[in-house]
Amino acid sequence: MQSLGIEVLFQGSNFMRLLGGLLVTIEIAFTSIFIGTALGLLMGLLRTLKSWPLRFILRFYLEAFRIIPILVWLYVAYFIFTPMLRVDIGGELTAVLVFSLWGAAEMGDIVRGALESLPKHQLESGKALGLKAGQIYRYILIPQAVRRMLPGTINLATRMIKTTSLVVLIGVIEVVKVGQQIIELGVIKAPNASIWVYGFIFILFFLVCYPLSRLSRKFERRWQS
Amino acid sequence: MARSAEILLEIKQLVKNYGERNVLDDINLEVRQGEVTVILGPSGCGKSTLLRCLNGLESVQGGTILYRGQNLTDPGTDWREVRQHIGMVFQSYDLFPHLTVIDNILLGPLKVQRREKQEALQQAEQLLERVGLLDRKNSYPRELSGGQKQRIAIVRALCMNPDIMLFDEVTASLDPEMVREVLDVIRGLADQGMTMLIVTHEMGFAKSVGNRIVFIDQGKISEIAAPEQFFTKPQSERAQHFLDIFQYDH
Amino acid sequence: MNLNWNYIYESLPLYGEAMWLTVKLAFWAILFSLIVGLVASILQHYQVKGVQTVITAYIELSRNTPLLVQLFFLYYGLPKIGIYMSEMSCAIVGLTFLGGSYMAEAFRSGIEAVPRGQIESGLSIGLSRLQLARHVVMPQAFAISIPSLGANAIFLLKETSVVGAISLMDLTNLTRDLIGMFYRTEESLLLLVAAYLVLILPLSFLLSWLERKVRYAEFGD
Repeated sequence: MQSLGIEVLFQGSNFMRLLGGLLVTIEIAFTSIFIGTALGLLMGLLRTLKSWPLRFILRFYLEAFRIIPILVWLYVAYFIFTPMLRVDIGGELTAVLVFSLWGAAEMGDIVRGALESLPKHQLESGKALGLKAGQIYRYILIPQAVRRMLPGTINLATRMIKTTSLVVLIGVIEVVKVGQQIIELGVIKAPNASIWVYGFIFILFFLVCYPLSRLSRKFERRWQS
Repeated sequence: MARSAEILLEIKQLVKNYGERNVLDDINLEVRQGEVTVILGPSGCGKSTLLRCLNGLESVQGGTILYRGQNLTDPGTDWREVRQHIGMVFQSYDLFPHLTVIDNILLGPLKVQRREKQEALQQAEQLLERVGLLDRKNSYPRELSGGQKQRIAIVRALCMNPDIMLFDEVTASLDPEMVREVLDVIRGLADQGMTMLIVTHEMGFAKSVGNRIVFIDQGKISEIAAPEQFFTKPQSERAQHFLDIFQYDH
Repeated sequence: MNLNWNYIYESLPLYGEAMWLTVKLAFWAILFSLIVGLVASILQHYQVKGVQTVITAYIELSRNTPLLVQLFFLYYGLPKIGIYMSEMSCAIVGLTFLGGSYMAEAFRSGIEAVPRGQIESGLSIGLSRLQLARHVVMPQAFAISIPSLGANAIFLLKETSVVGAISLMDLTNLTRDLIGMFYRTEESLLLLVAAYLVLILPLSFLLSWLERKVRYAEFGD
């Protein structure tokens, strides 16, 4: 029987190497999600304030990410910022930097949307109780906003995980790069490797993102009613 | 109205459940040609559900509905055909927002009945004239008031030339000052001998337009009576209670 | 920063070409995605057994995997089982695979947003399921979907930036090449950003204008 080529996934340490690559991807994604969420929470709060210059700047910041593709920002950061700072922070940190800033922008928009969707009387009844602005946020607005934010936040996380696949293009050795290495190594011995390796990576991403999508939809449904 | 007129609808032992809940229970009712039947009852008693069953918008779990002898609870019923004879008007008008008034009215006659455009248009314009809205024929629904929309919805159903018209709380979401213009249209239909089943909360209207009142309570018909009798001497305690509440309200 | 304007001027035609490639790709991808999305959402709406499972699987696969991996699979993987496509075809197929599910979701939520009463009053005048879809549901669903369809179109246009990975000379790939060849990093990146601004800003304004125009699918006036 002719070899199908699927063995390539299990030859030597290939399987573990691919998973290791996935780990790098996930590391980058989750670090960025964490930093982005933290920054985004702050940014969302700032965007509900009445200062128009602040609103303008933050809106501009968001639109910059909405209009220019993330890959372009990756290139800008990779080719300009790191040489400018005269330190080679490497592809991985560059990616974390760009994704965190992007995540902050999107997260800020989710937070703003959630805060603005809260009924106005919530704030007023908080004031009527004599709570200070900080306390109103802490005890009334944020807990309610969080449930409205959760589905969008999880969706953002899946988007960021998927986008992390782009870091291979700025030289980070992650799951796609490991896949390429395995394919190149097997050109002679396993000529059909590419379909299995890319198919496998495809499935790996699916296995990571699909549960998150499900979770987000579950929250959406639960809190819609 | 002659009791000898042809029976158009015959409802026998009709049962409708929503899961465990028994919404309609052993409903028996005959509707004769030209008869105006007003259905009253407290909210959630099943009166709207009954109308919806007659238009095939709800499945039923038991009993039969005979329309001119044809059993509508038969699973093979061609509802598209039946609905051309049994028109229905809803509480929320539900005009098609993307179509003009005239296109709303002509959709059924042209697409379902495949009638001549000229002839259908002529009838539509006559009907619009009759409800006083001919000048709005090229308007879009959102440019109309609630009362106007509801009159258009009635015309839309009438233009199919139905034998029976079902009115499901058609004035319930209208501003009080618009209720009248809609009721007048329905009254006009009654005068012309249209067979109608009307679910309403307008007691004065029920009394003056109905040939008889059907009182439904908790999914059962608890009383069928002539209007004068029902409003002065209701037979059941529930009906008495129902009328008392309405007297407070109105 | 000291920009070399001469270099920028000389590179303009190259960027023009790359923009044209992006526009072509986006055009076909958006068109095919709309078709795939429309068909998928209609089939899903009518709950055709079997087909429905396939569509759900497609939507989930498409939405939960990165375009880059989809493209690599199409471009490097499929030839191993005898399916060869040009770079351009691969890019369009990949983008359509991705975009189709987004468009399907947009149509689906449009369809779901058509009030139940609309369907019932359509039924009550005797319309068939098909007539109901054609004359009542679809026109309204489409109007409701316009903002999200537009947003998806912009999303697809931006996603074309990935096709450099399968050797198409698009804007990002060109920039990378030029930086590698001439070390004119700032200038090349400036052109790159400017090119996307020129492509997407007008669309973005058009979209927000449309959004205001068709909010809640208002007809008339």
